[in-house]
Amino acid sequence: MKFAVAVFPGSNCDVDAYRALHDVLGQKVEYLWHRETDLSGFDGVILPGGFSYGDYLRPGAIARFSPLMTSVMRFARDGGIVIGVCNGFQLLTEAGLLPGAFLRNRDLMFVCDTVSVRVENTDTVFTHRCQAGQVLRLPIAHGDGNYTVDPATLAGMEQRGQVILRYCSPDGTVDEAHNPNGSVANIAGIINEQGNVAGMMPHPERAVENLLGGTDGLFILQSMVHELERRQHETCRC
Amino acid sequence: MKLAGAERAERVCLTGAEYARILELIGREPVDLELDLFGVMWSEHCSYKTSRPLLRLFPTTGPAVLQGPGENAGIVDIGDGLAVVMKVESHNHPSAVEPYQGAATGSGGIIRDIFTMGARPVAMLDSLRFGDLREVRQRSLFRGVVKGIGDYDNCMGIPTVAGEVAFDDSYAGNCLVNAMCVGIIRHGDIKRGVAAGAGNPVILVGATTGRDGMGGASFASVDLTAASQERKSAVQVGDPFLEKLLLEACLELFETDAVVGIQDLGAAGLTSASCETAARGGVGIDLDVALVPRREEGMVPAEVMISESQERMLVIARQGHEGEVRRIFDKWGLNAAVIGRVTDDGMLTIRNEGTIVGQVPAKALAEQAPPRYPEAVRPAWQDDLVSLDVTRLSQQDDWTETLMALLGTPTIASKEWVYHQYDSVVRTNTVIGPGSDAAVLRVDGTGHGIALTIDGPGRMCLLDPAMGAAMAVAEAARNLVCSGAKPLALTDCLNFGNPEKPEVFWQFSQAVKGMSDACQKLGIPVISGNVSFYNETSASAIVPTPVVGMVGVVEDLVHICRQGFCEPDSIVVLLGENTDELGGSEYVRLATGRTAGRVPLLDLERERKVQELCLTGICRGLIRSAHDVSDGGLAVTLAECCVSGQMGAHLSLPVGIRPDALLFGEAPSRIIVTVGAGDLAALMDTAVEMGVPLTVLGTTGGTLLDINVSDKSLVHVPIVDLAAVWHGSLSQVMNV
Amino acid sequence: MKAQVLITPKKGIADPQGTAVEQALHALGFADVRAVRVGKVIDLELPEGDREAALAALTHMSEQLLANTNIEQYTCMILDEDA
Repeated sequence: MKFAVAVFPGSNCDVDAYRALHDVLGQKVEYLWHRETDLSGFDGVILPGGFSYGDYLRPGAIARFSPLMTSVMRFARDGGIVIGVCNGFQLLTEAGLLPGAFLRNRDLMFVCDTVSVRVENTDTVFTHRCQAGQVLRLPIAHGDGNYTVDPATLAGMEQRGQVILRYCSPDGTVDEAHNPNGSVANIAGIINEQGNVAGMMPHPERAVENLLGGTDGLFILQSMVHELERRQHETCRC
Repeated sequence: MKLAGAERAERVCLTGAEYARILELIGREPVDLELDLFGVMWSEHCSYKTSRPLLRLFPTTGPAVLQGPGENAGIVDIGDGLAVVMKVESHNHPSAVEPYQGAATGSGGIIRDIFTMGARPVAMLDSLRFGDLREVRQRSLFRGVVKGIGDYDNCMGIPTVAGEVAFDDSYAGNCLVNAMCVGIIRHGDIKRGVAAGAGNPVILVGATTGRDGMGGASFASVDLTAASQERKSAVQVGDPFLEKLLLEACLELFETDAVVGIQDLGAAGLTSASCETAARGGVGIDLDVALVPRREEGMVPAEVMISESQERMLVIARQGHEGEVRRIFDKWGLNAAVIGRVTDDGMLTIRNEGTIVGQVPAKALAEQAPPRYPEAVRPAWQDDLVSLDVTRLSQQDDWTETLMALLGTPTIASKEWVYHQYDSVVRTNTVIGPGSDAAVLRVDGTGHGIALTIDGPGRMCLLDPAMGAAMAVAEAARNLVCSGAKPLALTDCLNFGNPEKPEVFWQFSQAVKGMSDACQKLGIPVISGNVSFYNETSASAIVPTPVVGMVGVVEDLVHICRQGFCEPDSIVVLLGENTDELGGSEYVRLATGRTAGRVPLLDLERERKVQELCLTGICRGLIRSAHDVSDGGLAVTLAECCVSGQMGAHLSLPVGIRPDALLFGEAPSRIIVTVGAGDLAALMDTAVEMGVPLTVLGTTGGTLLDINVSDKSLVHVPIVDLAAVWHGSLSQVMNV
Repeated sequence: MKAQVLITPKKGIADPQGTAVEQALHALGFADVRAVRVGKVIDLELPEGDREAALAALTHMSEQLLANTNIEQYTCMILDEDA
């Protein structure tokens, strides 16, 4: 499959995403500069982590207006697969492709650590290779990961299974003590109603090699790749 | 109003003798602007006039050294056609004034020093020192510095992978912030800060120029405009986003052949970048300040030349390639202004709107500040310092409480409060991050790695500057070896008080001699470095603090080690020998309130062999974990091994040494390793071959740390208790 | 003309920075301070012209970019000459 990794001025984890998809998962991957608009031929888009525009004004607030994002929004509305990691997640909320918004971490400090997240919904493009309630160990590195959304919207999201990852203890208990940033309902990752756009604060692309500490990120990335392959296979059979 | 020579010299902080030398060099009185340039370039900070003669003692060459001191950073070969670019620099005084911006711009400056050589930065390390954290001001400085470093490095997307933090009252008025940056480069891609080729354009790229960092500058001209006086800013403000753009633009530029030479603008801004590149190339530069993009109005030529606005580089390009340069910088949204040309007259010629307003030989500015040879006198109080009556140290039956107290001191306690604020993983090459003896990074495209560390000498340097400095070198090398790397090259940051005081200069010269000696004997050249003088207030000078950054090569990433015990029923082994030396230890400090005693002896030959044994053991796959003995001594080391590995150990130490010296003495050249039972014989044989003392201490496993001598229990404590203190102390102090 | 946009957290949105600032003020002895919210001020200059049109433009800027109306509220102002 062919993936586009968006590169905005200030993006950093474009390299991490490229390496995970290309070197580890053997996929075709191209970097797309924020001024480019042509997404034809791509099966999936990654909005990577980093500090687009220095996080100035608000994280993702300025990158949201780039020409590439206009194309990404169209791509998503047409059902294309999009995953936003960290700054990418923030960008998706600013662009309105995902509900909610981000505040400064509860403890007001940047936090870089490896955390446990529980998979809440395995019936999605991004988690179907996980077991229900599986606990994944994934790295986080963010200062503005405090996800917030109004109660009415949150209720709807929970009902529709849009919450896909929640911060938890290593044995899967969701509690405040294991919430690294104060996000509402311990939310670490979500999908849109349509189910084709995901956003998550933890970095699956940083957990794909044992040498670097663990491979739980593969559960998410492989889910995405395999679903795309399955769809392509189905389309070919028609 | 015209001033006399001596008064003019004083305005720019030069001596009468230095002023006379300027007259000799240029053959006339300098105009105000020219005097301003000499004032900054011949300052201690830029010229190293006091330290340069002594720094010649450092060994700076070797078969792997591609670039020694004298350029913007040092370069050392690591095999596979690749090299490491490395340097450490201080930003002490700005951080004491404005901790967040001081630390941030310190990072910014050292990062530019690396990518100006053509390398992409791949890692940051920091050595920080503050006073007592029970004081609000110290916590505030600490908090601000860590946030400044974190925000800058994180935004740049460069992982901060290792560092050290220590605390001592002598740093209360003068915190130390030493930032180290490491890059990796292909040999053929190395760029240098050299101007060449008459007619080649000189292009200023990056941020606009304002009045940053000039609050402290003294100008020759008595006629500075009112606007200048009002708007001088003492604080340089960093913009990591702009620097990230600058980094990417420069790396893209380096893929073309447009670049003849390039240098970043650091201390003394445009003045140093232009005169240093010209001097290195034996050429001149003719520039017009009116062409410099500005963000302030009414700046006079002296201000433009001396401004320390951040995130700017000076590119010497090939004629005809100006368009290419502009195209790349346009893409990244950055200025790229042709401000002058290279000439062949060796002069730095400064124009304003075409008219020449200053002209002096580039070499005079960059290279010819007269060296100083201050007096060095051993302090009268040195002997008092060294005296320590160990009979007055109260002895315990159970040393558990002492161990817990040491584990909880900020200098020894876990620094996770700090490094959880740093992204240590970005770029996905960090194999071992913060929390072990050294960081290990994968080198892309090879099976090799590099290991990195930064270390200072604790309080040893106060008691014996030469031995203490040598110990810093030894410890850095030992930390690399514990990770499985062979030490390769060193970058140093020498932090001292006022060198015009004979006692301070004695400390400095002793430290340089001690370091040189260690570098020679251990075969580790110095490839770059920095000197920071005048770290003192009216009250006192800092403890002499030479800080050592070091890089080593990991042959095979399969054979690396972390500090924690990793498998139960492993054999715990001491490489090296315990001694009866308590001098300079944290334990003595805790017990007496003083830094006192004779510094433990460092035998460099013994050190070299212990390191060789450890590295051999790791590379042969015999050794499972390794942690060297340093701050706090053997008991602290063992506790850290247990806590990091989340497993206990049952240990029996050799008799013959008083218990507190055994547990807490800080003699060097000792490493705690673990091996599988089946591998012990092989390790012991190798030790005998190499002539290195080796002692089996016990085994790992269980939930307790048990340290005994004969049948007497010295320490008996659950690991969870040790963990609570070691993990929690710093957060507890900082959340007050 | 000089204009200003004030941006503050919406009512009901948690403001960790505001909380931290409030606690710090209490620690300094300003014990009666409540409800601290931390926001931003954006100063900008517009060409001289119709004030109504300028305010409309500022509102548009705020809705589109300057504020995230999910979590922030904004106030636009034209500043008087001597502001």
